[in-house]
Amino acid sequence: MTTDNARRVISVIVVNEASVLSRITDLFSGRGYNITSLTVAPIPDTKYSRLTIATLGSVKVMEQITKQLHKLIPVLRVYEHEDMVEKEMALVKFDITENLSDINTICEAYNGKIVNAGESSVIVMVADEPKRIDNFLNSMKRYNPKEIVRSGAVALER
Amino acid sequence: MQISGAQMVIEALIAEGVETVFGYPGGAIMNVYDEIYKQDKFHHILTRHEQAAVHAAEGYSKASGKVGVAMITSGPGFTNAVTGLADAYMDSIPLVVISGQVPMSLIGTDAFQEIDAVGISRSCTKHNYLVTDAKDLPRILKEAFYIASSGRPGPVHVDIPKDVTAQIEEFNYDIELELETYKPTTKGNPRQIKKAMEAIAAAKRPLFYLGGGIINSNAAYDVRDLIHKTQIPAVETFMARGTLSHDDKYLIGMLGMHGSYASNMAMSETDLVIALGARFDDRVTGKLSEFAKNAAIIHVDIDPASISKLVNADYPIVGDVKSVVNEMLTLADCVDGSRYESWRETIENFDALHPLTFHEDSERIKPQWVVKRVGELLGDDANISTDVGQHQMWAAQFYPFTRPRQFVSSGGLGTMGFGFPAAMGVKAAAPEKVSINFTGDGSILMNVQELMTAVEKKLPVINIILNNNFLGMVRQWQTLFYDKRHSETDLSMQPDFVKLAEAFGGIGYRVSTKEDFDAALKDAVEKNVVAFIDVVVERFENVLPMVPAGGSLFNMMLLEKKEDK
Repeated sequence: MTTDNARRVISVIVVNEASVLSRITDLFSGRGYNITSLTVAPIPDTKYSRLTIATLGSVKVMEQITKQLHKLIPVLRVYEHEDMVEKEMALVKFDITENLSDINTICEAYNGKIVNAGESSVIVMVADEPKRIDNFLNSMKRYNPKEIVRSGAVALER
Repeated sequence: MQISGAQMVIEALIAEGVETVFGYPGGAIMNVYDEIYKQDKFHHILTRHEQAAVHAAEGYSKASGKVGVAMITSGPGFTNAVTGLADAYMDSIPLVVISGQVPMSLIGTDAFQEIDAVGISRSCTKHNYLVTDAKDLPRILKEAFYIASSGRPGPVHVDIPKDVTAQIEEFNYDIELELETYKPTTKGNPRQIKKAMEAIAAAKRPLFYLGGGIINSNAAYDVRDLIHKTQIPAVETFMARGTLSHDDKYLIGMLGMHGSYASNMAMSETDLVIALGARFDDRVTGKLSEFAKNAAIIHVDIDPASISKLVNADYPIVGDVKSVVNEMLTLADCVDGSRYESWRETIENFDALHPLTFHEDSERIKPQWVVKRVGELLGDDANISTDVGQHQMWAAQFYPFTRPRQFVSSGGLGTMGFGFPAAMGVKAAAPEKVSINFTGDGSILMNVQELMTAVEKKLPVINIILNNNFLGMVRQWQTLFYDKRHSETDLSMQPDFVKLAEAFGGIGYRVSTKEDFDAALKDAVEKNVVAFIDVVVERFENVLPMVPAGGSLFNMMLLEKKEDK
């Protein structure tokens, strides 16, 4: 692993309790660490939630982030992912007059499809690696997307 | 038994063995204060400001080793207490601070005296709670005391809405804590400890670097044993003063920005740093890349995040200092202390070259003289607190400390106004000792209202004001680094400190000669009263040695020798 500023993904398992998310984000902001993306949801049938945090930092910064997160009382575990499956979702809205068959074909290449069609617009969904989501959104520019929303990454160690 | 949330607070404090609570009542905490009125199991000390209540609890905790407790109300009561929480957080002081909150139904409505207290305290406490149901109170209070005092100690804040303190529920404090996410490592890894001892045995110029964690874990006497057994010299951080007695032959002195020449040079020349409960603070290390450049580092700390945070540890040992040092003691036979004789001689030569001293003045009192004189007259009989500034550094440099917990000061946060209330807490914890607070003419005014508390509660703190009519430390930096532009540091306009003390029912002395100082101190000690001794000292005295911020430890600004002047 290099020591320079690289994108890194960590998972944090926390007890589901009031303000636990603030504790995590305050730690990042208070210590000057960066959050690129953050997703959080309860782990089914447990009292825990799982946060997936994408961040930028050197190995040393990551070590501090991990240790400081561990110090928080509701934090059960922190994993820094090295060999993981990582996915992110994006929803994009297009005008109904755009070339929908082209859009749909491209979506399929990114594990996606049209998920909603209304009178004036359609919404597509894709789920893929964050870098590929970047590529997808770039390729969608020519179809004049009206709105774009990204979910942030989720990751599991292989 | 079925009792109110307010009664639960009282019962929990009693169950935790709390003897003294510092605090200030208000609307949202009134239910609890009503229960305080009805009980006689612990003593409540009414401070005159919430900040002072927390500092007093800190002083109490530092002097006694127990968890300090402060109680305050919502809104401004809480915001006033934030500085105390931050101070305790930085110095790892175990506190439980209980605040009142507006009723649950009003939270989030911008109600009178409402503030998001847990939101504010999150970044300056080890942990915090908003109690939303009295059923949770016994568990939360038990957790609060446990979390505050275990692992790396720190302040825990418990915010309780007024309706929760009125809620009647079943109370049972005999509960097992289930903190599966909080399990501090106290026992060091035996293999790492063995490796560290082998490194010590092999080193040529090892050096103990003693930090405040030693005091917090009550490990000072174990550390003394280890040092005497291995015959390795030691430097203390500001926070560790008193770990070794001032006359211990292995103590070199304090290191860091205002450390002694010998201490800083020893740190620069050592080949093995044995850091115990120390966190490589920037005021200690100076320029990091030059700090103990040729040394391997053994780092013992209960907080894993402190290890290799700033300086890479070659032998990291996570654990309680007391436990680890005792493990080290069992292996200490492998260390032949006679090997370090020439290293000790080298350090003695450093000390002889630039001893920690000051130039006496026949006309004006030097502040360092005052500290030394108090040491000569009271020595071990006094506990020493300080405010923040030059006087604080002089106290740390020149007072002859003999024991741990004798020195109480604001290290990490550097809080002016800390000293007087902290000294009251020290006096409450150790009434048999004289409680001295070295303060400055700037610092003392930041919590001067506590004169009333001290007089009323018969906490005879003797405040020795080293009065140089300046915000002295800032003035020193302005002199040295801002071409003598003394911007807003001149405190020529001052209250009459004698009359001020008298106005509150204490005694004031203004002294400008050594004889008068001796007489005033003797009188204040004999009368056992709250006192201000306002000492007119040399205005432009600097704290030396000094390592300029960001400079290397071995590049110190030193006291000019007399013949150089």
